[in-house]
Amino acid sequence: MPGIRLLELAHARSGDKGDTANIGLIAYDPVDYPLIVERVTAQRVKRHFGNLVKGDVERFELDNLCAVNFLLHGALNGGGTVSLMTDSQGKVFSTALLRMEIDVPEEVAMRVRGRGRHPGRERHPGRERHPAPEGSGSP
Amino acid sequence: MSGARSGHPFRPGRSGSPGGPVRIASGQGFWGDDLEAPVRQIRGGRIDYLMLDYLAEVTMSIMRKQLSRDPEAGYARDFVPLMERVFEDCIERGIRVVTNAGGVNPERCAQAVAEAGRRAGVGGRARIGVVTGDDLMDRLDDLTAAGHALRHMETGEALASVRDRVRSANVYLGARPIVEALCRGADVVVTGRSTDTALTYGPMAREFGWSWDAYDRLASGVVAGHINECGAQASGGNCSAEWWKIPDLAEVGFPIIEASADGSFVVTKHPESGGVVNLRTVKEQLLYEMGDPESYITPDVTADFTTIRLAPDGADRIRVDGVRGRSPTPFLKVSVAFAAGYKAVGTLVYAWPDAAAKARAAARILRDRLDRLGLAFDRVLVELVGWDATHGHLAGEPPRDLPEVQLRVGVRGMDRAAVERFTREIAPLVLTGPPAVTGFAGGRPRVQEIVAYWPALIDRTVVEPRLAIDVVEV
Repeated sequence: MPGIRLLELAHARSGDKGDTANIGLIAYDPVDYPLIVERVTAQRVKRHFGNLVKGDVERFELDNLCAVNFLLHGALNGGGTVSLMTDSQGKVFSTALLRMEIDVPEEVAMRVRGRGRHPGRERHPGRERHPAPEGSGSP
Repeated sequence: MSGARSGHPFRPGRSGSPGGPVRIASGQGFWGDDLEAPVRQIRGGRIDYLMLDYLAEVTMSIMRKQLSRDPEAGYARDFVPLMERVFEDCIERGIRVVTNAGGVNPERCAQAVAEAGRRAGVGGRARIGVVTGDDLMDRLDDLTAAGHALRHMETGEALASVRDRVRSANVYLGARPIVEALCRGADVVVTGRSTDTALTYGPMAREFGWSWDAYDRLASGVVAGHINECGAQASGGNCSAEWWKIPDLAEVGFPIIEASADGSFVVTKHPESGGVVNLRTVKEQLLYEMGDPESYITPDVTADFTTIRLAPDGADRIRVDGVRGRSPTPFLKVSVAFAAGYKAVGTLVYAWPDAAAKARAAARILRDRLDRLGLAFDRVLVELVGWDATHGHLAGEPPRDLPEVQLRVGVRGMDRAAVERFTREIAPLVLTGPPAVTGFAGGRPRVQEIVAYWPALIDRTVVEPRLAIDVVEV
């Protein structure tokens, strides 16, 4: 089975509560949610983060949102105001999870490959009403 | 606190019609959020309520520090000029404002807003409600003497171990005092440490006359509040799902809850505003800072987020229903802030070639010098910003051709002098360490006092009878 990154299957948001970071992982397509439930277990996530998470990893399922919520205990160097980390409030832990690779059936890999990444050429969604003059922008 | 047990008549001049949906707009997601957002919410279309969330745990300790220097301070000062700007609009159109801008000094905040109201010309036409009683600072010793140990929710340790270092102690209040203030005719409700969600479901409970055991409706209100409380995070801001497709974030429309009497609601935003409201943006916000989704605990109800049903309902509209709730716990959460030592962070930038190797060598030299000086810290953290600061070992080894990297070293400990000395050891690396180093023009790092958090629970019966709601004329 081919490997893909979670980035291609799901989007995510993270936050904090004390020294615990939470990551909500949401399937782009409900059809892929069971695969996430099956493959992205608490143990697997704990292994992925390694020494970035000192404590346990807990997982909660929200079938209604096609999402799972992870609690990463002891992930924030004391948390909040105590932490020395750049990401002291766990704001981008979500992206570290989206790096994780999982094996999926061929048809899933074909369908999702490349999703989740900026298409490459710079686009500025905020400026669509004022299109850049021709010839500007990167080659 | 009676009031909301039965329905209350709509005030004349309100834009909402009895029985119709009530529109509760989010205007601030934290102290420091987009200053223009509340103005856009008021002027961009019909709303009935504007909720402004200014508080986080960090914010409460900053406010406490400000109050200790100046008895007139200790609240979200941004709220005052905002009200001066929009008070007339709000009164004229019957828009009520509900906010926790009061921080650790809600009375002074309300006075400042009243003064702003008079300057704005609404004197005699507006009322301000102020909620107090969340501040336990002066009661701590009485409470502990009476057997309330205020044990740390995670470690179980009694507060006594840090009592002499406590800086603030506030209870998270629910929506009852907000509902009472609204029922008594407040046009603006200023609270201290109310829960963020109460600022949204308080208006819902008041408008629809929900009883306090209508747990499913209240839980639905909590979900609405969770969506509103971080501003544009529910309407396209900070959204990881194909972010490049989200239009016009420069004028992002903050979320608006269009609430119905049965508790169900639609999340939307003003037409013509930027951003987007869709399943992705709403789901991301629902999961933000989530713990156990089956038990989202608030002072008024425990909501079950696994019962939420979402459905698209046209452009920039998501319908939310099905939410179930159950009775609240006998406790309220207390957030205690206590002094926990000092920290400082120093940075330097290293350039190609071998930028990462140079930065790591500099860090080793620095640590060696700190050791030779006999300085001990509880924690030293070395990060390479531009390589491993956010993903750690998952980033792998940096390429030798990395164009540049920022070395970031943080220390913390109880000894202020040691942290102070650390701040003097960064700049010397420029002439005494590896080459190709820059980015030190900002001067020495600043020593920061650490104010840490002590979450605890307290029996609600020792808090609730002491809450006070004052409603005063502007």
